Amino acid sequence: MTATVFTITSGKGGVGKTTTTANLGVALARSNKRVVVIDADIGLRNLDGIMGLENRVVYDIVDIVEGRCQLRQAMIKHKHFPDLYLIPAAQTRDKNAVSPSDMIKICDALRPNHDYVLIDSPAGIERGYRNAVAPADDVLIVTNPEYSAVKDADRIIGLLDAENKGPGRLIINRIRPEMVKSGDMLSPEDIYDILGIKIIGIVPEDHLVLTASNKGIPVTLNENSRAGVAFRNIARRLMGEEVPFMKLEGSNGFFQRLLGLFGS
Amino acid sequence: MANALVTIKGIENGLLIELDENEVWLTVTETLAQEIDAKESFFKNSPVTVNLGSRPVGKGDMKGLIALLERRTLTLWAVVSSSNTSINSAHELDIKTNESNQLPFSDLLNPAHKADTKPNPLNALSKGLIIRRTLRSGQRVDIKGHVVIIGDVNPGAEVIATGDVVIWGKLRGTVHAGADGDTNVMICALEMSPIQLRIADYIVTSPKGIHQTEPEIAMIRDNQIIVESWR
Repeated sequence: MTATVFTITSGKGGVGKTTTTANLGVALARSNKRVVVIDADIGLRNLDGIMGLENRVVYDIVDIVEGRCQLRQAMIKHKHFPDLYLIPAAQTRDKNAVSPSDMIKICDALRPNHDYVLIDSPAGIERGYRNAVAPADDVLIVTNPEYSAVKDADRIIGLLDAENKGPGRLIINRIRPEMVKSGDMLSPEDIYDILGIKIIGIVPEDHLVLTASNKGIPVTLNENSRAGVAFRNIARRLMGEEVPFMKLEGSNGFFQRLLGLFGS
Repeated sequence: MANALVTIKGIENGLLIELDENEVWLTVTETLAQEIDAKESFFKNSPVTVNLGSRPVGKGDMKGLIALLERRTLTLWAVVSSSNTSINSAHELDIKTNESNQLPFSDLLNPAHKADTKPNPLNALSKGLIIRRTLRSGQRVDIKGHVVIIGDVNPGAEVIATGDVVIWGKLRGTVHAGADGDTNVMICALEMSPIQLRIADYIVTSPKGIHQTEPEIAMIRDNQIIVESWR
């Protein structure tokens, strides 16, 4: 058994990479998969907080790379899921403390004993992004229904293509069906029209996400959250299941039509 | 032009609108209103010169035309006509005319002054490149010669060529044709929604929100980049 390495990236910051990584990690672990999530955002460590593991960080990824600890020592076991681990970023260093080949080595060491490795990429297209993407088997690109985020996603797709990592699959985060309907927000169709890559998930805007992040309990554990359901659906699609896109209020069947076009 | 009743051109000093001289006036003005509305922000706040040809336009109709333009933030600045009725109506309303000899660009109306736009036969033999993929944000093509792109040019992508640029897809990025200064080149695309178009030293931007879905061609005419239906 060898793990699949997914990198979650976006180009633009603030679109929900870290939230997506945490939720997919938890959703996969809930399905009894052995999962490691890696925070590659060195210097701006956040994944630990969103997963509720901030106070358990002792060693981080730079400690592994610089030989101050064993890989196993830096892996923090999740409170509720014994097969879910986090490798945190260093907060006091920068992106140059780790190289793309270090990341490949770490992932290769993780592959034999896990099912999925999820890497949370930093924003941007520089060293941190290259570190995060280097070991990826597949890339999930998070975007928002907003022109600048879509343009940055497009840039990422182009870069992935040049490295033969592409084209990746798309997660459209924070969509507001009522705004799409009134023409005030880019629709998934508009986004697909520009980017032309497969959509693996559409996550509705949900205030519960913020509450959940602050509490360190990823929203996908909340049965009442629509965003949580959407993240669980993405996790199921990653595991190879055919899952229809959820019906969003006021979407007049739009997302159903999408399924026919780009379902995983 | 897409519509023969009304042609709108950018000129050095604002817009030149030419109106058909034979069709019913109401039809002509309605068509004009539609044309402007379709490209409103392109034309915003431009002074307008209207060529009425030989049509006699009375003061009432002239006032109507002024009001129609003003509602669309355009100012009727001058009238060109061979009809005395039209010229007199314009004078009464304080609009400049071709008779007042104050039009710095009246030579534009004279075809004899038009630049020689015959294509250079050597261009047909020059080098070209075909790119069979979509250019994404941050990707840039910069070549000597012509480019044909079979795919889209996305926002943030750039195409720079010394010759023509033909895009068999959607143009939403930036294109510069005739980058060495050649003004006899063209840019065409199946869907023309560029962030910016450049031909030689000329630049135009396209207003957001207008979704043109028919193939269009851009070229230089009368010292201005014009975009029209490609057929």
